[in-house]
Amino acid sequence: MTRVHVTDLVKDYTIREGLRRSRLRAVDHVSLDLTPGRTVALVGESGSGKSTIAKILTRMESPTSGTVDVRLDDGTPVQGSLYRRQVQMVFQDPYASLNPFHTIEHHVARPLRIHQRTTGAAQTHQRVLEMLERVNLSPAEQIAARRPHELSGGQRQRVAIARALAPGAQVLIADEPVSMLDVSIRLGVLNLLGRLQREDRLAVLYITHDLATARHFSDEIVVLFRGRVVERGPADAVILDPQHDYTKLLAMAAPDPERGPARVAAGAVIDRAAIDNSVCYDHFAGEWQQVGSPARSAATARSAATARRTA
Amino acid sequence: MTSTATLAVGPDATDRDAVLTIRDLTVVYEVEEPVTAVEGASLTLHRGEILGLAGESGCGKTTLAYAVNRLHRPPARIASGDIVFHDRAGHDVDVLALEDADLREFRWSQLSMVFQGAMNALNPVTSIRAQLRDTLRAHRPRMTRAQVEARSVEVLERVGVDPRRLSSYPHELSGGMRQRVMIAMAMLLEPQIMIMDEPTTALDVVVQREILTEIVRLRDELDFAVVFITHDLPLLLEISDRIAVMLRGEIVELDTSQRLLREPRHPYTRKLLGSFPSLHGERGAFIRSGVDETAGPEPTTEVPA
Amino acid sequence: MTHLSTDNGPTVGSAADEKLAPVASSADRPRAGWRAMLPTMTPWLALGLFLVISIALFGTIGPYLVGDPGQIRDIGLTAPSGEFVLGTTQTGQDVFAQLAHATRGSLQIGLLVGLIATALSCFFGIYGAYRGGLTDEAFSLLSNVMLVIPGLPLVIVISGFVPREARGLWTIAVVLAITSWAGSARVLRAQTLSVRSRDYVAAARVAGERSWRVIVVEILPNLLPVIASQFVFAVIAAILGEAGLAFIGLGASNASTLGTMLFFAQNGFALGMGAWWWFAPPGLLIALFGMGLSLINFSIDEIINPKLKNVRAHRKRARKAIRLEREVRRADRRTAGRSEAGAQEVASR
Repeated sequence: MTRVHVTDLVKDYTIREGLRRSRLRAVDHVSLDLTPGRTVALVGESGSGKSTIAKILTRMESPTSGTVDVRLDDGTPVQGSLYRRQVQMVFQDPYASLNPFHTIEHHVARPLRIHQRTTGAAQTHQRVLEMLERVNLSPAEQIAARRPHELSGGQRQRVAIARALAPGAQVLIADEPVSMLDVSIRLGVLNLLGRLQREDRLAVLYITHDLATARHFSDEIVVLFRGRVVERGPADAVILDPQHDYTKLLAMAAPDPERGPARVAAGAVIDRAAIDNSVCYDHFAGEWQQVGSPARSAATARSAATARRTA
Repeated sequence: MTSTATLAVGPDATDRDAVLTIRDLTVVYEVEEPVTAVEGASLTLHRGEILGLAGESGCGKTTLAYAVNRLHRPPARIASGDIVFHDRAGHDVDVLALEDADLREFRWSQLSMVFQGAMNALNPVTSIRAQLRDTLRAHRPRMTRAQVEARSVEVLERVGVDPRRLSSYPHELSGGMRQRVMIAMAMLLEPQIMIMDEPTTALDVVVQREILTEIVRLRDELDFAVVFITHDLPLLLEISDRIAVMLRGEIVELDTSQRLLREPRHPYTRKLLGSFPSLHGERGAFIRSGVDETAGPEPTTEVPA
Repeated sequence: MTHLSTDNGPTVGSAADEKLAPVASSADRPRAGWRAMLPTMTPWLALGLFLVISIALFGTIGPYLVGDPGQIRDIGLTAPSGEFVLGTTQTGQDVFAQLAHATRGSLQIGLLVGLIATALSCFFGIYGAYRGGLTDEAFSLLSNVMLVIPGLPLVIVISGFVPREARGLWTIAVVLAITSWAGSARVLRAQTLSVRSRDYVAAARVAGERSWRVIVVEILPNLLPVIASQFVFAVIAAILGEAGLAFIGLGASNASTLGTMLFFAQNGFALGMGAWWWFAPPGLLIALFGMGLSLINFSIDEIINPKLKNVRAHRKRARKAIRLEREVRRADRRTAGRSEAGAQEVASR
C-alpha cells in the first residue's frame, strides 16, 4: 500500500512566439494526497492543468518545482524502477492507448515481464488470462489473442486497466477513463475500477470534467481552475455545499434535470472573468487559504485534514 | 419497420402546427452486407419546438440528420419514407423531391445545420467576415456589401460574439466562440429549422451552459424549431420540449421531457437514464458502495467463438 | 496508423460497427498481425510482382545460362538472329548475354543502395525523432542540408573525384546512398513524430519499457509499410541514378550494368546505326523494372492508407446506391400521382 504526497507542484512551459518568449504556468502550487483505498477526483475544465499533473505523477514530465513524494507503508521512498511498478495510468482514449499492431496478450504481458512479476512464458500467459478475467473480459483466452481493433471501446478500456494493474500498481492515475466511452457502459467501467480499488486498496486519482461521476465515484474532490486548487473537500460537501465561486459556477452549469427546469444562465449570476483563483476553500480545514503561498499552508491543511478524518 | 404500436409515443405536448413531418424514413448503407442505419423513423417537429434526439454512437441519429438535409452521400441511400417541410407561408415541400437549385435554396434558408465538430468546420485560412459573407452571397446574391456587413454584425451580436471579431481567423477564437460563430452562420438566413449535431460536446461545462442559454433565447426570439442531437440525456431533459430516443436505427421512445424523466417506458430509455448519475440526487451512489445494480460485466456473448 | 477523417459526417464505419458485433463475421474479418501488413492482391500488384520477379530471376539465374558476354567476335554489328537472340554489338559481343549480366549488376547496385540508404534514413529519421531535443534538431538539420544539395551534380562531383581505378561497385553504391537518404529520413521523421505522440507509446514508457524496446517493439512495426515503400523508392532511384552516372561515363569501372550497356551503345553509335537491339533492351528493362517496383509501391500505399483500397468496388456501390434511391423516388412520385388522380376522381364524383 502506497501513499502519494504532492506538495506545491509547479509546472511552467515556455511559449515561443517568434523571438519573444513567455512563460505559461500550467500548474500553480498544487498540493494533494493520495491514500490507499481512497479516490481523489481532480475536477477542472480543459486547460486547467489536470492532464499536466497526471503527466508529472507518471514521470512523463518533470515539475518545475515542488515535490512528488511516494512512500510505501513502512515509509521507504519509492524511486527508480519501483516507481514504475507502483504508479500506473489509465489513459483517456481507448482507441489510441493500445498498439494496433500487437495482441491483447502482448499489452498485458509486457508489464508483467518488465517488472518480473512472472517467470517463463507459461506463467506469464496464465497470469495474463487471470488479469483479463479479473476485469470481466471473458473468454480470456480468446480476448488475449485478439487485436485492439477487434474489441469495443469498453473492452479496450478494461484491457487498459488490466495493463495498468499488471505490474502490481498501488497508485492508479485514471485520466478521464470513461469520457470517450458510450454512455451506457461508463458506469460499468467505473464500477470495475471501484471494485478493483476496494480489493487491492489502491490509491486512485480520478481526473474528470464530469462533476456527477466525480461525486459518486470519489471520496474527495479537488477543484482546479487555471492551474490552481480553488476548493477541496469531501465529495458530497464540495458538490452540495460549494464555497468557491468557480465550484458554484460548475455545479450550476452541469446539466441536472432533477434540479427542476432551472434554465437560469449561470453566467448571469457569476461573472467568470472575475473569479479569483488566489484563494482556496478547504472543507477539511473549514477555512479559506491563500493559493500560491509556500508549503507551510499545505502542510497545515494536511494535518488539519488528517485530524478531521481521524476525528 | 417499426409500427406506431411498438413505438412508445406520448401525446404531443405542443398543439402548435408542424413544421417538419418525417414519415417512415429508412436509410440504408449499400455496402457488402447492407446496413440499415435508420429504420422506419417517424416524427413530427413543431414550429418553435426544441426536439432532442438522444442516442449513443451508431444509433443513426447523425445519419437521420444528414438524410433530412439530403446531405447523405453514397453508399448511403434513402430506401423509403417521406420528409415534408411545412412552410410558414402555408405550402408543403417534399424534401426528397427537391433537385439542384430548389434544394440549394431549401438548404440553409429553410433548414440549416450545425455539424458535429463544427469548430473544425470553419475554414482556417479565411476570416470570419469572409465566411459569413460567402454564405450570404451564395443565397442572397443581390445583397449589397453594406447589407452583408450589417447582417453579419447583427447575427454575431445575437449569439454573443463581439462584432469586432469579424476580422479574426478561426484559430484566434476559443472553442466556445467558434461554436457560436457556427450557430450564427446557421442563423444567417433565418431558417425555420435548425439541426444541431452534438454542438457542445467538445466544450467545457460552463461554456456549454452559455451556449445552451443562447440557443434557447434565440429560439424564444426568432421562433425557429431546433433538433438537438446528443448523447447527453440530462442536457436534453433540461432544454428540450420533447425527446426522441434512438437505438440501432429506430426511434424507441418519443415523449415530452417531463414524462420521459418521470415515467420512461422503453427499457433502453431507462437504461440510458440510469447511466447518468445525478449531480444533486442519490442516483449513482452505488458506485462507491459497490452494490451493482444496472451495470454488470460487459456483454461478451457478442464475441463469436 | 489511424487516419483522422476530415469528413464530419456519419461514415459507413460508424453505422456498420455498431450494427455488427464487435468482431466482424469471418467474411470480412481483418487479417491478424503480420498478415494485416501484406497488401491485398489486385491486378496492379500482380503485374508489378510479375515484372519484378521475372526480371530479378533473369538477373540472378540468367548469367549462368547465357554465353560469355565479353567474347569478341569478328562479325560486328548484327541484328537479332537464330544464333544471337538480341544480336551483337559493334565488337561482336552477344547482347543477350550482356543483358543478363548487366541486369545482375543493376540489381546488385539497386539492392545495395536501397539497403544502405534505408538504413541511414531509418537511423537519422526514426532515432532522431524519438530522442527529440538536440539530437532531433541536429539530425533534422543534416537531412535538410543533404536534401538541399542537388543530388545529381553532387554524385557527379564525388564520382569524378574518385580515381577511375577505385571507382568500383561499392564506391558507386556508397556515393548513391549518401546522396539519396535525406528525403526518406524526413518522411520517417514525420511518421515517427506522429506515432511517438500516440497514447500507446506513452503507455509503454509509463509501464517501464526501455527506450530501445519502445522504438523497436512499439513504434517500428507501425512504420514498416512506410519503410518498405521508402526502400522501394530507393531501389528505383538507385538503378536510375546508376544508369545516369554510367551513361555519362562515371559509372562503376569494373561492373557491367544496364547503365554501362547504354554507355557503350551510345559510344558505339548504336542509335545512329539503327542498332535498336543494343540500346532498346537495357532501356526497356530499366523502365519495366521501375514500373514493377512502382506498382508494388501503390499496393503498399493501400496498406498505409486503407481508404485507397477497393476504390472501384466503392464506386460501384455508390452508383448502385444512387440508382436505387432514384428508383424509390420515382416509384413514390408515381403512386402519389395515382393516388392524387384517384382522390380527384373521388372528389369529382
